[in-house]
Amino acid sequence: MSLVMLELTSEKNWEKLGKHILKFENDVVKLRQTIRHYAKQFRMGIVDQTRVTTAVSELFRNMYNYAGGGEVVIEKGIIEGKEALIITCIDSGPGIEDLELAMSDGYSTGMGMGYGLPGAKRLVDRFEIESKVNEGTIVRIMKWR
Amino acid sequence: MNTDLYEKKIPIIKIGNFLIVSIQVDMHDKLAIQLQSQILEEIGKTSAKGVLIDISVLEMVDSFIGRMLSGMATMASIMDAAVVIVGMQPAVAITLVELGLEMPGVDTALNMEKGMEMLEKRVRNEDNDLF
Repeated sequence: MSLVMLELTSEKNWEKLGKHILKFENDVVKLRQTIRHYAKQFRMGIVDQTRVTTAVSELFRNMYNYAGGGEVVIEKGIIEGKEALIITCIDSGPGIEDLELAMSDGYSTGMGMGYGLPGAKRLVDRFEIESKVNEGTIVRIMKWR
Repeated sequence: MNTDLYEKKIPIIKIGNFLIVSIQVDMHDKLAIQLQSQILEEIGKTSAKGVLIDISVLEMVDSFIGRMLSGMATMASIMDAAVVIVGMQPAVAITLVELGLEMPGVDTALNMEKGMEMLEKRVRNEDNDLF
């Protein structure tokens, strides 16, 4: 796994669409439906809608299981000349010690089977992650329209 | 959104030798696990030979739900029942493959009718084996 990005891309001119708190198990379901709604509004095709919804479902589950929840920010902006839907998951959980390992296929510490992070990465156009042990993890995914 | 919706059990209907389950809600993880054990219990109770699971309403299957379905197929086969998943949306199938999730032991059919034919064929073949 070569492309584990440690720096998050961020631009001032992104338009913020929403901010949601993920706290309970039901929020995983509610929020992934919310994300699908945004993807639909963004006029993504049905397959891309499903890709984004599935990717965030993996990320939300991680947040709930490992960090006890967190915050989800939805934005849109222009990246490399393309219109992008940007979803950022922020938690203040235990953090990930070995990012490369966590991003490799088949790796899991919990109840998952290790499809979470690498699986989510395959479903989006850009995947960025920043994690500090004992401080938390930020995952940002982007999907072009 | 009404949280009570999620506490409801997903109904399992028995017709002849088969159980029919139609998943009509976006399941959270606990509900998925509950459904898994519910179906296995029902197989034990009714000696059903096959289970038809309709997921045509599901707009996404992530690694957890996928794993629940394939785990259930394995467990059911140990209990001598076949599981057929029917009605998977094309976008869901594409996403599952890209996610990298394999579902060993899970038979799929395009729709309820074809799924039922698969199960009936299986039961017939087993009956023939006895002679």
